[in-house]
Amino acid sequence: MNGTIAKLALQALLGRRRFLLLLAFPVLLIGLVALVTVLVDGDAAYEVLPNLGYPLVLPLVAILAASSVLGPEVDDGSIVYLLSKPVNRYGIAISKWLVALGATLAAGALPILVAALIAGDSTRATALFVGAVVAGTAYSALFLAISAVTRHAVIASLMFVLIWESLLGNLFSGIAWLSIGQWGLRIGHEISAELPDPADLGYAIVAGILVTVVGVWFAGDRLRSFSLRGED
Amino acid sequence: MSTLVLDSASRWFGNVMAVNDVSLTIGPGVTGLLGPNGAGKTTLMAMMSGFLAPSAGQVTLDGKPVWRNTKTYRRIGLVPERELSFGYLTGRQFVRANADLHRLPDAAAATERILEVVDMVEPGGRRLDTYSKGMRQRIKIAAALVHDPAVLLLDEPFNGVDPRQRMHLMDLLRRLGDEGRTVLFSSHILEEVERLARHIEVVVSGRHAASGDFGAIRRLMTDRPVQYAVQSSDNRRLATVLMAQESVRSVGLRRDYLDVQVGDLGSFAVDLPALARQHDVTLFELSPSDESLESVFAYLVAR
Repeated sequence: MNGTIAKLALQALLGRRRFLLLLAFPVLLIGLVALVTVLVDGDAAYEVLPNLGYPLVLPLVAILAASSVLGPEVDDGSIVYLLSKPVNRYGIAISKWLVALGATLAAGALPILVAALIAGDSTRATALFVGAVVAGTAYSALFLAISAVTRHAVIASLMFVLIWESLLGNLFSGIAWLSIGQWGLRIGHEISAELPDPADLGYAIVAGILVTVVGVWFAGDRLRSFSLRGED
Repeated sequence: MSTLVLDSASRWFGNVMAVNDVSLTIGPGVTGLLGPNGAGKTTLMAMMSGFLAPSAGQVTLDGKPVWRNTKTYRRIGLVPERELSFGYLTGRQFVRANADLHRLPDAAAATERILEVVDMVEPGGRRLDTYSKGMRQRIKIAAALVHDPAVLLLDEPFNGVDPRQRMHLMDLLRRLGDEGRTVLFSSHILEEVERLARHIEVVVSGRHAASGDFGAIRRLMTDRPVQYAVQSSDNRRLATVLMAQESVRSVGLRRDYLDVQVGDLGSFAVDLPALARQHDVTLFELSPSDESLESVFAYLVAR
């Protein structure tokens, strides 16, 4: 962990226009749930969360956060200003990940909790929040790793979320074993049985930790081998 | 005192050879890395600053490889050609962040000291995106120097900097070289390198083409054979006369001019008018046909 790197990453996150987008997601989600709660009877408001908030808003927020703290610097090569310093590369990756994680939890997981509480039933809300914290943690590490390898990090991450987890995940139940969102739900299931039980609990915990640790380590390793290519 | 050594270093990207078997030793003082655009200067700089692995050979600083060696940055200050993208920081904040990343014991004092060296104390409070090109360049140099490195590497530091600022920068680099630091900068402009560097390394098409002090490089460049196009009242007769001269290597008879290749520029220039008069030939036009820097470089490689 390096305070200076974390501070710069935070400034990069807050200083860009993307930040407004990051802010718009939670506002819209909470607004939508509140609106549906007022207008519709029954449990329709809560249904917004497992169908929209959790599988879509949370990973999108994680993508925005992870790609904002690393993506632009890798793209335009200005990360050399950080890397030409005797600073441990894994420390840089961890610092950037912590900032991305903080943003993901604040703009992704926390709004899900707030929205779920508005829709009622605090046990269910807590369960979904725990699941969102778990998934947000693994998502931000995975998307950080993707940002460290490719210039098309946002597209690649979106494809993972939209095509792999959402589209194919809905068609084939086996994908739950390789879906970060499903691992989070499985852990949340321990708190409230209203959440689905798509995979083995032990597996979900280990897989979540593994993706997080390997993702951050991988991002650090890529930074260690960061290459500048000239225009020529 | 630090020495940067390239030992048979090569770098290729797929089928493209960017740097081809270059061996260099860069010691204290100011060294200029001269070469036309696309010669591989940036690739060389990237290898020397640890931002590119050599495909073959070695790049070492005081005996230790620089690739994937984070600790070398304690002794290297790097001024990349890339633009600063930290527009939301002030100059002072940016330099301070660099000092903090080096974990300097008194980062605040080091920041002020170096801002003074590059003459940026007063504009230091403004955001980077309000700076002129020359100011950004000076802030980049300040950031690279804040930890007092033994080696300073600068990639095209004078690109886009106005002449007055350029003089300031040159004075600064000269001073750093005189202090015993190893200063290496790249440029594609001969005059720039001549004015600043004690020692010059020339690269062309990825190869190390020449090495020496500026006098030696100048001599190499002026003593090379030069091509002239000559128009006269009697090209054929002039050709016979010229061919007899020691300084002339070849004469070609074109449609309406002579293609003359000259080995010794000095005596050819002195002799030509006298010879023409002596043989009753009127000279209409004399023009060098390949004075561009590229052809000078091409000659150095072919030599």
